[in-house]
Amino acid sequence: MALLSKKDTSLILDPLSDNNPITIQVLGICSALAITAELKASIVMSISVLFVMGMGNVVISLMRNIIPSKIRIIVQLVVVATLVIIVDQVLKAFAYELSKTLSVFVGLIITNCIIMGRFEAFALANGTWRSFLDGIGNAAGYGVILIIIGFFRELLGSGTLLGYKVLGDPIAKTGLYAIGYENNGFMLLSPMALIVVGLIIWVQRSRNKDLIEEN
Amino acid sequence: MAFDTEKNSYTVIFAAIMVVIVGSLLAFMASSLSDRISENERLEKQQNILYAMGVNENGDDEGSVNFVSTSTVAGEFNKYITEQLIIEGEEVTKDENAYLIDLKKEETRAKAGEVRRLPLFIGEKDGQKYYIIPMRGKGLWDAIWGFMSLDENMVVQGVFFDHAGETPGLGANINQRYFMDDFIGESVLSGSRYVGVAVTKGNNDPTNERKDDNAVDALAGSTITGDGVTAMIRETLKLYKPYLETIRVKN
Repeated sequence: MALLSKKDTSLILDPLSDNNPITIQVLGICSALAITAELKASIVMSISVLFVMGMGNVVISLMRNIIPSKIRIIVQLVVVATLVIIVDQVLKAFAYELSKTLSVFVGLIITNCIIMGRFEAFALANGTWRSFLDGIGNAAGYGVILIIIGFFRELLGSGTLLGYKVLGDPIAKTGLYAIGYENNGFMLLSPMALIVVGLIIWVQRSRNKDLIEEN
Repeated sequence: MAFDTEKNSYTVIFAAIMVVIVGSLLAFMASSLSDRISENERLEKQQNILYAMGVNENGDDEGSVNFVSTSTVAGEFNKYITEQLIIEGEEVTKDENAYLIDLKKEETRAKAGEVRRLPLFIGEKDGQKYYIIPMRGKGLWDAIWGFMSLDENMVVQGVFFDHAGETPGLGANINQRYFMDDFIGESVLSGSRYVGVAVTKGNNDPTNERKDDNAVDALAGSTITGDGVTAMIRETLKLYKPYLETIRVKN
């Protein structure tokens, strides 16, 4: 890849595993709890964050030399809020039904700490192209975790994936339900998202011991 | 660097310019997309009204709400909704755009002492008439609204509820089938009084077998949203009572 130097590649790939925003940096937990009861919402949220994060990092990086340091947090907030409103309006105009299911959650992107975290930690100090890659990488790392959690919560909680009944029909007792399987309603509640995140962290750290923090 | 970014004057000027740029960008976005958005909302309203009278694509699917698709809804709306009325006090007029009346604005007009315009839609399907009443009320966080269709005996034939921002997983579930379907078959009359259908806790009827108790089982964890639905139905019926009395079959 001529377009991406070694450093650039690591900007994209690191957040996917060894520097994941959710499991390692522990950012963005709140939205990971709120919206992952269904796989579809997780996917759409990931795409929206990908857009807001990529664009936001570019805008902040372009302005990094002219932003007054006294109000830099406010400037960052304004940039995120603007991008989020644009996403919201575009969804309302072109994907109305989707925007209805996401209603509250699109607004939640503003409060997503990953975005502010990356603005502050990376985009303010780095060039535009790198900031873009960093934004995309971190949003993807966030998205991967979101989709994993959404997958398990929807599968175990509702017995469906993207709305399709993959385990059979719980009312008509077909498929797995015929042999006595039951959906675990617990999976639909937010605390279970935290437990799933915990399991992911466990798996990740036992595979790569370097990630274990020293006390 | 040409500017001294630490100076107060620079900070103020920067903030001012930023606000102007962002403001005009958002204003431009909003005005260029507003036509599409309001068209989407109009179609949604037609879908909701048809849903309340049982014109939908639920089929055998027992779990989810399936509206008539947006591409066909305009035609279906004209086919099933035979009359649209506006009730102003004693006066009843026909108006084929009655469904576009903004209930919130009418509420404000009523508060200002003017006569409130009450829209009502009459649908016909398989020879049966449906009287569909739009309603609007308050939930826990924000507005809730809905449509309820009645027959001549004042028995609910279907409802559709929706909300602006109730708690996801709790109050937000008023737009789910397992809540809305419970209303079907309930009467809004108790004797000859318009009492509506209450959302109650502990009515010992979780599967909604009793259809004569003017009550449906509440959603767990959403007391205030449920009370909001109860109040919305009761208050709306008060407004429509004079008209409903003229169509009610008395026996």
